[in-house]
Amino acid sequence: MIALPAKVRRHTVDATGARRARFWVYGLLIAFLIGSIFPFYWSFLVASRDSSMLTEQVPPLLPGGNFLSNAARVFDSVPFWKSLGNSLIVSGTVTLTTVLFSTLAGFAFAKLRFRGRNALFVIVVATLAVPTQLGIIPLYMAMAEFGWAGELQAVIVPNLVTAIGVFWMRQYTMQVVPYELIEAARVDGCSMIRVYWHVCLPAVRPAAAFLGMFTFMTSWNDFLWPLVVLNAENPTVQLALERLQSGFYVDYSLVLAGTTLATIPILIVFVVLGRQIVAGIMQGAVKG
Amino acid sequence: MTSSVDTDAGRTPSRAAPAPPRPPKPRLTWRQRLSVADVKWSPYLYIAPFFVVFGVVGLFPVLYTAYLSLFDRELLDIEGTWVGFDNYATLLSDTQFWTTLVNTVSIFLLSTIPQIIVAVGLAALLNTRLRTPTGWRVGVLLPYVASLVALGIIFANLFGPNYGLVNGILELLGFDRIDWQANRFASHVAIAVMVNWRWTGYNALIVLAAMKAIPRDVHEAAMIDGAGASRRFFNITLPLLRPTLIFVVITSTIGGLQIFTEPKLFDAMPGSNNGGSSNQFQTITLYMYQTAFETQDLGYASAIAWVLFVLIIVIALINFLLTRRLASTGAPEDGAR
Repeated sequence: MIALPAKVRRHTVDATGARRARFWVYGLLIAFLIGSIFPFYWSFLVASRDSSMLTEQVPPLLPGGNFLSNAARVFDSVPFWKSLGNSLIVSGTVTLTTVLFSTLAGFAFAKLRFRGRNALFVIVVATLAVPTQLGIIPLYMAMAEFGWAGELQAVIVPNLVTAIGVFWMRQYTMQVVPYELIEAARVDGCSMIRVYWHVCLPAVRPAAAFLGMFTFMTSWNDFLWPLVVLNAENPTVQLALERLQSGFYVDYSLVLAGTTLATIPILIVFVVLGRQIVAGIMQGAVKG
Repeated sequence: MTSSVDTDAGRTPSRAAPAPPRPPKPRLTWRQRLSVADVKWSPYLYIAPFFVVFGVVGLFPVLYTAYLSLFDRELLDIEGTWVGFDNYATLLSDTQFWTTLVNTVSIFLLSTIPQIIVAVGLAALLNTRLRTPTGWRVGVLLPYVASLVALGIIFANLFGPNYGLVNGILELLGFDRIDWQANRFASHVAIAVMVNWRWTGYNALIVLAAMKAIPRDVHEAAMIDGAGASRRFFNITLPLLRPTLIFVVITSTIGGLQIFTEPKLFDAMPGSNNGGSSNQFQTITLYMYQTAFETQDLGYASAIAWVLFVLIIVIALINFLLTRRLASTGAPEDGAR
């Protein structure tokens, strides 16, 4: 369950046996937070100056004014707009299909009865432990055979739906969709797909939204498979970043301007939706 | 048993009109037949996408990798030569393979053990009564959104041997500089720091959720018996967290043994797949990638992939069996309830 803020104020110990936080608790948490933010800040700091700052004994801790010019160089060095567009297309498509197929399968596994249901679900759970990343060699050969190497569909198709998505949605659907509602919809003459659309989907929306965010971030950050199957002319954001770094002489102001640019969109998503992401992780932990 | 909506058996539909007397041999209209077919076959339709996708891009490639590993095959070959288990025999005497195996396990241990300890501590901090609890939780999760590539680049810079900030601070404090890339153990530490930085907050939230789920009466009973805060933490909280901790260990095993992006981007020679000049931080997955797509020896790379695959499954299984044993031996201690 999501922890609710303790509403009852007691002086010594609250419901879960937790004491009211002391100053040193805040101190440690603040230290932790600074550690979490620092690498992002450092990346922006170097990007806003020029690489000569790295040679100074005591590096400056305030940003300089070169960020925009460094950012402009990123766009000159690699097809950054194209990579942003590609990443958006790939992550957007993968997110939509994963949410759609996972909620459908979750609905079937949680609420419908059919021959072989339990055995099939055991297979889904077992596949969670299969490191499919290790199948990239035949997968690459297959993509080359189809003529998809270098094309976006080569990155999209293998990620259309995931076992973890099906598993989560099944667990959540079991808890939130009452049988009475499904029954009532059936009696009113709804076909199965309309039961899914009008009864199941609205009820599982919070979990579906979390699955969507999680999928988007995973897909946005994916590296190994795009590196294998795409090329420098048609990259995703992560490939463009790697390309920036792989010159013989690394210009860190340029490279870190790239990482900053690539991090900003996902940071915005996180600031807006952080609460739901936290709630989703904590719910998944207890239910899974 | 025909398939149907999974309801409690014997319950009458509450809103249905009273059933009309049945004719001796019911003749279904096409609409009713359609409805029966709908109920019977739609579940398979709904789960089909997962099984099709998994079969085509998950199961088949993994199995085909095993088949490929029995051939000597270059990237551009169509056929390849059957060599039986030669690739595996070569692998056993391949010093680079053993180096990468040791590197992988070393980085994995350096990143898993401290991470879990810190995650539990952090969860305990977050489990106190804080102002704006959600704000702190969002804060500790922040590193999780960083892409591995961005992270690899930033940390490669921070740990740079000449102008890196970490060495600057070490020097300021009067220690010697460390060559974080050339020194084998130091490079493992640096890569483990990246992994830990990204995942500790995430795992702390999972542990925190499990802490919140511990029933309050267990703690209250212990308090009445006079147990102090630290005693309660070690004797109640930790044992009850065990299933969650093992879940965290298993998931980080599956991910951690396949670590690829961090060592690839940490290389002082960017774009290289060597994992350092003497492979000092090359991991198995990086070696597999190099063999397949740089050396272009697909058969040998498949053998590497398959060995890693078996290794992961075996370790996951050991973890699973350990979980069950620990869970059953842990049961009597839960008698405190």
